[in-house]
Amino acid sequence: MTTLKILPLGDSALVCEAGTTPTLATQRRVWHVAALARTWPDVREVVPGMNNLTLLFDPLATDIEVLGERLRDAWQTQPAAANVGRDIEIPVHYGGQHGPDLVNVAKHARLQPKTVVQRHTAPEYIVYFLGFQPGFAYLGGLDDTIAAPRHADPRLSVPAGSVGIGGNQTGVYPLASPGGWQIIGHTASVLFDPAANPPALLAPGDRVRFTIASLDL
Amino acid sequence: MIDIQRAGLLTTVQDLGRARQREFGVASGGAVDPLACAVANRLVGNELNAATLEITMGACVLRFSASTLVALTGADCHADLDGTPVWSWWRFHVARGQTLTLRPARFGMRTYLSVAGGIDVPETLGSRSTDLAAGFGGLEGRALRDGDRLAIGHANAAMRNVEPLGVRPPLWLSDPLAHRVRVLPGPEYDDFTAATHKSFWENPWQVTPNSNRMGYRLSGPEPLARKKNRSHDLLSHGVLPGVIQVPPSGQPIILLADAQTTGGYPKIGTVISADLWRLGQARLGSTLYFSECSAAEAREALREQLRYLAQIERALAWHDRGILKTPRVAAITRNR
Repeated sequence: MTTLKILPLGDSALVCEAGTTPTLATQRRVWHVAALARTWPDVREVVPGMNNLTLLFDPLATDIEVLGERLRDAWQTQPAAANVGRDIEIPVHYGGQHGPDLVNVAKHARLQPKTVVQRHTAPEYIVYFLGFQPGFAYLGGLDDTIAAPRHADPRLSVPAGSVGIGGNQTGVYPLASPGGWQIIGHTASVLFDPAANPPALLAPGDRVRFTIASLDL
Repeated sequence: MIDIQRAGLLTTVQDLGRARQREFGVASGGAVDPLACAVANRLVGNELNAATLEITMGACVLRFSASTLVALTGADCHADLDGTPVWSWWRFHVARGQTLTLRPARFGMRTYLSVAGGIDVPETLGSRSTDLAAGFGGLEGRALRDGDRLAIGHANAAMRNVEPLGVRPPLWLSDPLAHRVRVLPGPEYDDFTAATHKSFWENPWQVTPNSNRMGYRLSGPEPLARKKNRSHDLLSHGVLPGVIQVPPSGQPIILLADAQTTGGYPKIGTVISADLWRLGQARLGSTLYFSECSAAEAREALREQLRYLAQIERALAWHDRGILKTPRVAAITRNR
């Protein structure tokens, strides 16, 4: 088990880091400690990251040393269930106007576009945490052979629902925004809805599969 | 209703922001100067967290189609009500049909206008604040435009009879000290060179025009350099307003209310909670200085800010009970 590094972040937050080479086992522990910390009365917010956890607290009501000790203790306890999370399917329209960069990714990988799509739909991805944008999920599990560099000049606007590859990560843009990822497809699934509770479709621990809604090669 | 005759550069509906939404990737948002927003609300008898208008750099014209009590705090825009000057950090009555005109702010960046009962827009994820990047909250998730109309919430009837009254601002924004913010060294502080530490604390940092409610991009005389072999790419982790992160360019970015919830750049420092409001009043092109401080000093600064708010609470409570019908400060300023 990795040891914890606990560092203050300003006067009202702590960052708790568990190593620099991320693993799913450590991430499961992050989810477990996050769930515990949400029940602590002096903790205002719990933000899981990639093998780390940030806690926001009231600086006038919290002893940072005591909170740090509580975190270390929680880190030692066993996660209750190995499989938290749900199975979620995201149908994707790959290629053509929906995925203008599918051809780029294929060229970079020296594969046929169809093979890129097969390899993108093969794995079961795990949601590590949400961040960057409302409802944006950091997914683990991309096949290394279809990793692709980000655009040197990010697009000024990428439509909501765009499915992309950036480096060795893949994900879905919940909202229209500027974006540097290679866009290989588009989904009609709504990743973020401020009127819903919870507002995000995906949660840490969920298992995601991309399926082929259509293929335009 | 309030008719927005001229919306100005950037006017949005803001309260004190969202709680417990960061884990979904949703920013806390809310007033970039939360202290001015809270005082504006208290002056008109609202909950501190009621929705106000955040007006950037003034130059805004509003017409009221109902009588109400309003207050202006934050940056002073030499406002007038149908031609009669009104003060900043004061509350005053507005009669039906009157027009409030705010001129360009001379000092400071953001003015807060509160109305008794609050701006009545629907709550989204526990707040009425506008999230411009995500396009929800406030009025249709966007900045106000000329011709918009805003409803006013239900006001406490007692506020109809209160007298106009002003409070002391936390600091005059013309004061050069307004631009000094206290900073706690960040988790990656030791990854930067000794020369960089010196440069960070001693140099002026200019707020570049490429800044907004998400963050201020700063520009200094020399880029902040990391020690050799220290990565500039960390695993993504939670960040919050006040965090000063250093991208590979070496020119720091201070995160503000609408910032992303996670980031991956090294954090050289974090502005203390009690000084976040000062950032909110730093204008584009102005210069910031950083002063190193301890966690104990940061907590004391926050206590001092709470004492300031408590003093305002007490003064208003006394005044509105009729014990201090004509406070001296009001008498002096009225005769000037």
